[in-house]
Amino acid sequence: MTEPLLQARELVQEFTVRGQGGVPSAGLKHSGVVQAVSGVSLDIFPGETLSVVGETGSGKSTLARSIMHAPPPKSGDVVFQGTSLTSLHRSSHHGTALRDARRSMQMIFQDPYTSLDPLWSVARIVGEPLVAAGMRDRAKRRQRVSELLEQVGLDMAGHGHRRARELSGGQCQRVAIARALAASPALIIADEAVSSLDVLVQAQVLNLLEGLRTSLGLSYLFIAHDLALVKQVSDRVAVMYLGRLCETGPADEVYAHPRHPYTVELLDAVPRVEQAELGKRPPGDLPTAGQTASPVNPPSGCRFRTRCPRAQAKCAAETPVLGTAPGSGQGHLVACHFPVPAGEPATVSGIGGAGAAADASQ
Amino acid sequence: MTAGTAGGPAGAAAPVLEVRDLSVRFRPRGGNLVHAASGLSYTVAAGRTVAIIGESGSGKTASSRAIMGLLPRSAQVSGSVLLSGTELIGLSPRALRRHRGRDVAMIFQDPARSLNPTMKVGPQIAEAIRAHKKVGRAEARERVIELFKLVRLSAPEQRYDEYPHQFSGGMRQRVMIAMALSCSPKLLIADEATTALDVTTQAQIMRLLAELQEQLGMAILMISHDLGLAASYADEVVVMYAGRTVERASVRELFGNVRMPYTSALLGAVPRLDRAAHTPLPVVPGRPPDLSAEAAGCPFAPRCPRAADKCAERRPAFDEHKPGHWYACWYPLPDGPRAVEAGLANTGPSATGGAR
Repeated sequence: MTEPLLQARELVQEFTVRGQGGVPSAGLKHSGVVQAVSGVSLDIFPGETLSVVGETGSGKSTLARSIMHAPPPKSGDVVFQGTSLTSLHRSSHHGTALRDARRSMQMIFQDPYTSLDPLWSVARIVGEPLVAAGMRDRAKRRQRVSELLEQVGLDMAGHGHRRARELSGGQCQRVAIARALAASPALIIADEAVSSLDVLVQAQVLNLLEGLRTSLGLSYLFIAHDLALVKQVSDRVAVMYLGRLCETGPADEVYAHPRHPYTVELLDAVPRVEQAELGKRPPGDLPTAGQTASPVNPPSGCRFRTRCPRAQAKCAAETPVLGTAPGSGQGHLVACHFPVPAGEPATVSGIGGAGAAADASQ
Repeated sequence: MTAGTAGGPAGAAAPVLEVRDLSVRFRPRGGNLVHAASGLSYTVAAGRTVAIIGESGSGKTASSRAIMGLLPRSAQVSGSVLLSGTELIGLSPRALRRHRGRDVAMIFQDPARSLNPTMKVGPQIAEAIRAHKKVGRAEARERVIELFKLVRLSAPEQRYDEYPHQFSGGMRQRVMIAMALSCSPKLLIADEATTALDVTTQAQIMRLLAELQEQLGMAILMISHDLGLAASYADEVVVMYAGRTVERASVRELFGNVRMPYTSALLGAVPRLDRAAHTPLPVVPGRPPDLSAEAAGCPFAPRCPRAADKCAERRPAFDEHKPGHWYACWYPLPDGPRAVEAGLANTGPSATGGAR
């Protein structure tokens, strides 16, 4: 088997939240330690796209930033292209060494407007990583910027001199992609990179990202909340809930045979165009109407148990570890004491459980 | 309200909302006239949900705000909006205020910004009730708590005295729905009401709305960019492009028998759970046109793969080409049931055939 491009081991990231003025206050119920990422491990292989899905507050963006070491994780280790970023960070001259090691790892953000400097021209934005990498020759740099813009479907003459505000959302995102490519990365971390774009523009940018993946041999870590979108680009997916991975595996496998109740719930909630053939969704509240627990004082054991229709006493007592679920294919891991049986239809209503009824009766 | 009716809208019920030839124009300071919406016509019947679908800048929000009379005074609104037979366009702000909230209510994308952060949540809704009905404070409070129960807020008595920041996004949207329902409106306009929410919360809110609709019989006008959402929760879909309606049909007819190339392009570009990974999405090049210059022909012609000379010269009329299916196109896609793009197994050609 090939070496992974990136290995993250047992990443933990925590933030201290205080009340007003930095004082822990009794009135603010959220003051304390936010356990944003709690022991997440994952691998990304060369040329592969791994997607992390989860809802707001699941820690998926924090996970991406911990991998980048911006800021570095509380504990755990990230090995990228055979170098441990974590030990580079800890060593005395970490500043430059970490930057050099991290150059092959670039990020694209959600909001195309705020992630570009409003005062800089497109050419300068895309050229900046080249300057940082020590390309001093202006003519050479201009040539490279021109190539990069062409790669993302823009051109130097038409767009090079413009500012971000003179571009559409899709064009801005193309500039952000060109900027990421300037450093000749091996891995691109895309944090909700196409979420704010209109359907037709989104399709164009997704096709661009896919084209670059094959032509440049890139790997992607794709962070998104839209499961249909993730399905389009992923080789493997990882489902995250309140800072922990619930389920991970080959995308086809996870989508066809979800084993974790949370994955089932997510898939069931996706509004899909295929629904047009099946008729309108039935009215009425979803059986799992429970609310997401707080990451400040996450539930003991399995963090999903407060919302889970399958939860039992064991779920509160023991933290489930990620492991192969009986009946699942190779590489399909689930962290659940009572996984959904393989082959069961992927609907929440198919799960059935006493816990749900009690929760919804309010 | 029978779910999944094939064919046209419920013909028998009198429309709650009837929009005829509605146009909205803005003149920015020192700029050219912007045609945000031009010649829209559609109806919404009681107990039905109509989804207005379009990309940003297609005029879907501007036109729905025109219905509510919420546009700035500089906006030029023409055409007719009948709410249960009453003309809303041209009403004085004062007369309009009487309808707004009572007969027609609106929920917005950002529930946090729609609530007053310095005021307790319950009294905000009580205030809305007291603005329209002659009721005492205690009675209004009773009614609010009743509404909180209706939208399934837990511990409604306690929630009454909490501030907006103490609610999660989904809970805030429930509060907004409670406020919108406080005077039992005939029409509820939901403008991207679930866009900012997580998928699971979105599903909860959408199903709650459908249930309340069934109970109260109100009409819902749902404004969204999400075709999947329309397919799952609407009865009828109106597709907008560059300020114009380009196609309108029941959900089943629209998704199963697309005629207008723009709608087809939209449907093709949506990532779907049943698509194979790493397959290129079909895309159309270009961008929507500038709305300050009114084109003579079809607004989609410059991007349309089926366009011919005629399309750039003359605008196709938005006509009902068969019962319940309107579209504006000179060279529509062939008629006949087909699965929605992407090689979906054709599950029952009878689905679209039954209505006619």
